Amino acid sequence: MTQEAVPGGGPQRSVTRRRRPLTFDRASFMVVFLGLPLAVFVIFVVSPFVQALYYSLTDWSGFSSGMNFVGFDNYVKLFHDDIFLKAVRNNVLLAIVVPIVTIVLALTLATLVTIGGSGTGTVRGLRNAGFYRIVSFFPYVIPAIVIGLIWAQVFTPGSGILDALLSKIGLHQFENYAWLGDARTAMPASMFVMIWGFVGFYMVLFIAAIRGIEPEVFEAARIDGAGRFRSAVSITVPLIRDNVQTAYIYLGIAALDAFVYMQALNPGGGPQNSTLVMPQQLFTTAFTKGQFGYSTAMGVVLAAVTMLFALVVFTVNALTGGRDRKAKVRR
Amino acid sequence: MTTTTADRAELAASRAPGHRAPEGRGVATTAHVALILWSLLVILPLVWTLLSSFKSTQEVLGNPLSLPSKLRFSNYANAWTTAGIGRYFLNTVIVVGVALVLVMILGAMCAYVLARFTFPGNRLIYYSMLAGLTFPVFLAIVPLFFVLKNFGMLNTLPGLITTYVAFALPFTVFFLHSFFKALPGEIYEAAQIDGAGEWRTFFSVMLPMARPGMASVAIFNFLGLWNQFLLPVALNTDSKNYVLSQGMASFASQAGYAVDFGALFAAVVITVAPVLVVYIIFQRQLQVSVTAGGVK
Repeated sequence: MTQEAVPGGGPQRSVTRRRRPLTFDRASFMVVFLGLPLAVFVIFVVSPFVQALYYSLTDWSGFSSGMNFVGFDNYVKLFHDDIFLKAVRNNVLLAIVVPIVTIVLALTLATLVTIGGSGTGTVRGLRNAGFYRIVSFFPYVIPAIVIGLIWAQVFTPGSGILDALLSKIGLHQFENYAWLGDARTAMPASMFVMIWGFVGFYMVLFIAAIRGIEPEVFEAARIDGAGRFRSAVSITVPLIRDNVQTAYIYLGIAALDAFVYMQALNPGGGPQNSTLVMPQQLFTTAFTKGQFGYSTAMGVVLAAVTMLFALVVFTVNALTGGRDRKAKVRR
Repeated sequence: MTTTTADRAELAASRAPGHRAPEGRGVATTAHVALILWSLLVILPLVWTLLSSFKSTQEVLGNPLSLPSKLRFSNYANAWTTAGIGRYFLNTVIVVGVALVLVMILGAMCAYVLARFTFPGNRLIYYSMLAGLTFPVFLAIVPLFFVLKNFGMLNTLPGLITTYVAFALPFTVFFLHSFFKALPGEIYEAAQIDGAGEWRTFFSVMLPMARPGMASVAIFNFLGLWNQFLLPVALNTDSKNYVLSQGMASFASQAGYAVDFGALFAAVVITVAPVLVVYIIFQRQLQVSVTAGGVK
């Protein structure tokens, strides 16, 4: 309780500075409005994050009282843990492939919807654009675990619809093919499921961004003789570059998690751990094996990789002239 | 760029007919084909799931392309009662409903104070919220487990609700912050001059004005909390208290042995259908929200 009073104390000072009398109304307002949310935030979000940093330096196994400070031993152990390193590689692969494919697909579909319309005069959107947009957005409102479960059934050899359809069109080698059970296809199939879940949302996002571009820009390009493809590559992409960057970061963070999808598709990490991701390994280490110190070290690595990823995206975008290029085109 | 060859080919193709109108129509047709293909890819698995939800287990394990021999609504009854989906559904409604109301209130209050009052530490709080938004929840999950355990809230619905609120808070504050910041200051002054206290000003004047922002954030939070998987799986392991997402996962992993596939598909439909229907009704509002959120 005393903790909560502290943040509430700040505003009162500045309020009095602005010559507002400190009434009960104002004091209680500040304490409740700032103190209550902050208390929840500090206790359940900030403190676990901070504790995690400490636990990762201990050999804590949870329920036993013994907790020894072991320095960076957990981290050293992690870098010799082949299974965890495999999970890191899988996550990095996901963070590279999933965002790129999702963004390319989403951008293509968004472009088709917005400037694919027929006609010679103004650049027009497609008929039925609303229908495509609504349908494409469906996966966003389906819980990720359910998306995973549906596709796990679709991929099931024998009773799944994918193999049935493929052999129907003559690809009989897939008649009883276990997409998620073969180390060669388990990862691509899992990536596909994630991409299926993500594309609609980013498509809607990009449609909005493209509609935000002034139509005159497209008109001018048209008059200068640029085709639709040219317009998309040379005008749309540079102009909505910041949206693409944001999308890339969100998607990358989601791909570095991937926990829900992988739990639904291959809870055990897949054949030869081909779809094992860091969060899965962390979860098992913590809640099945009870190695809490070691598992929080995995959490720290996961957080570090996430931050590093965001940093790389920002840097690459800045180096290739993200913002000022956009400003130039706009002027 | 590197695409110039393809580029030129496209240009050449578009010039070839000589007329511009057919060119446009050609592009439009291609666009329609591509979009219809994608729409089919989205819809087909869902339709197949719906059809399978009426099949018996033998039918599910038989030809995947066949139609159900009759509409077995008993699958839905089995999923709802035997598999416990009904119970999980109710739990989810309670947890998500209460957490949503709480996080909207707390988030709006916090965002309002941060956006409209200057005091030392304001920026610090704002940026720590932003950091809380970016760090993976997995980093916090183990200590969080013990925080809840120490409060005696582990494996309880109030415990789950509290964590939902806490982890949805940074996003809510971050998003609403800009809405409150954009509200005109004169209205606040006017309310003050008219003698409204801070509480009154917030609830009767400022909060109603932020309604569009509140609606957008509420939609995002609803979907986020409804889909939440990690927090319940780690912190809510008593099967009586399961929420839908984790109940579905556990049902699916059991189904591998006990096998009631018809009920499994029915459970999927029960989980997906309500939100999908709500989405189709409110899709305009939702897409506006996505736009508002994404443009930032």
